[in-house]
Amino acid sequence: MWFFRSPEIVYGKEALSYLEQLHGRHAFIVTDATLVERGFLERICRHLRRAGMAVTVFADVEPEPSLETVRRGAQAMEAHQPDWIIGLGGGSCLDAAKAMWVLYERPDLDPDAISPLAPLGLRQKARLICIPTTAGTGSEATWAIVLTDRSAQRKLGLGSPEVLPDIAIVDPVLTQDLPPALTAATGMDALTHAIEGFTSTWANPFSDALCVHAARLILAHLPRAVHHGGRDPEAREAMAVAAAMAGLGFGNSMAALAHALGHSAGAVFKVHHGRIVGLFLPYTIEFTAYHGEGRYQALARSLNLPAQDDPTAARTLAATVRRLAEDIGEPSSLQALGIARSALEENLERLCDLVDVDPTVVTARRVPHREEVRRLFLYAYEGRPVDF
Amino acid sequence: MAYPFPSDAWVQALKEAINTSQAYREAAKTWEGDFFFVIEPDDTTTLDKPVTLYMDLWHGECRDAYVVADPASHRQPEFVISAPYAVWRQVVTGELDPIKAMMTRQLKLQGNLMKIMRSVKAAHELVRCCTMVPTEFPDQPTTS
Ligand SMILES: [Zn+2]
Repeated sequence: MWFFRSPEIVYGKEALSYLEQLHGRHAFIVTDATLVERGFLERICRHLRRAGMAVTVFADVEPEPSLETVRRGAQAMEAHQPDWIIGLGGGSCLDAAKAMWVLYERPDLDPDAISPLAPLGLRQKARLICIPTTAGTGSEATWAIVLTDRSAQRKLGLGSPEVLPDIAIVDPVLTQDLPPALTAATGMDALTHAIEGFTSTWANPFSDALCVHAARLILAHLPRAVHHGGRDPEAREAMAVAAAMAGLGFGNSMAALAHALGHSAGAVFKVHHGRIVGLFLPYTIEFTAYHGEGRYQALARSLNLPAQDDPTAARTLAATVRRLAEDIGEPSSLQALGIARSALEENLERLCDLVDVDPTVVTARRVPHREEVRRLFLYAYEGRPVDF
Repeated sequence: MAYPFPSDAWVQALKEAINTSQAYREAAKTWEGDFFFVIEPDDTTTLDKPVTLYMDLWHGECRDAYVVADPASHRQPEFVISAPYAVWRQVVTGELDPIKAMMTRQLKLQGNLMKIMRSVKAAHELVRCCTMVPTEFPDQPTTS
């Protein structure tokens, strides 16, 4: 027994105008200051007003949103009693919107209690729409929430199927002018979702179909989106769709080791999520090469890459990811990120501790022992292909 | 010899397997938490009443393991996992990922799932220990 869960997905040109078809009284938008500056917020407010709704905006979401911010947002919701919650932005804004919505519906709840098995009883007060402005996290199509507990200096990976947005609106106009570096880093996140979603131990026919096609779209369009930017709307649109598709794929099968290592190093060295998981992806594919149980071969074949057996396919995939990263200017080693070797060595035990408790290890096909985790970090530091 | 599942002898053999597993010791070195595993009769088994196994797992070691005669008068453990026999059979033989089984509520969990997900290596090694115990299953003979 397994499930496939998906929001209603509205996508393509003018997808934002779908907001005018909503029925409701009051929309509460959760976003950040950048989005306000870029003028998207105003556009969205216009659509909502045409639907006859009052609009309240909370534009205070910081990168890696904290529990404190989430609590403030939930209080503001309580004061305005919205019946639609709209997350607008990158992964941080969407995750913050999800968490604020949960606390608005369930003020009695401790955020730590948002777990896959706990019945939350959401949708008594409002429903959730997520509108991504990067093509990467796929958060608009998943039930995961990542928050930061600043007092305890840790990341909180939360989630419940109930938190899956009701509607995801994927309008490529929102990613048209994304800067090249952000396009590249978020695109690597989407690629990592597609590949890990396909090779995870919880992969299933539904996630397979989505992950394969997302990987195809990303390999074909990410370099174009990075190099041509707004001059290549076709590439932008393909990336927007691919990121949501990869989110839907891995959201139904989970991620794996690149995310475990990436969450750990991302928290310790403060590196962009997509950049760091993309960096680890080829190393973790190589590490798992002899434990893929045919999944790498199946994926490589679907992508028309050489794949006479599983380990060869894994190496080909790793090489393909490295070439792509190089093409779009993403770093291929921790050293290339500017991290000092001494900093790595000082933090190595903490890095390993964080990997140990990362839930994405659950679905890795080869779970590394601590010594292997240590070596993975050292190899990724030096940019050495994994040979153990 | 094979140990009948779920019996005192079986859970003792599992305790032995856990305590001699270097991999479990390493993977579970920070784990603290005890369990009831409740095996409920279904139409695939000759078991006629629920059996509750107790296991106390602590810092990479199994400190105690036995069949609980009267669960109601036993101290409540941190986790209670219950399921019909057929589901347990698949978990114990390594055919069904226990975390996945909890997500689909085939294994009913009382306790904090996230704590278990943060110790997934320990859970994997625990299942591996189960698969190492020679086990005799009280399957209902199939009529054909
Ligand atoms: Zn990711």
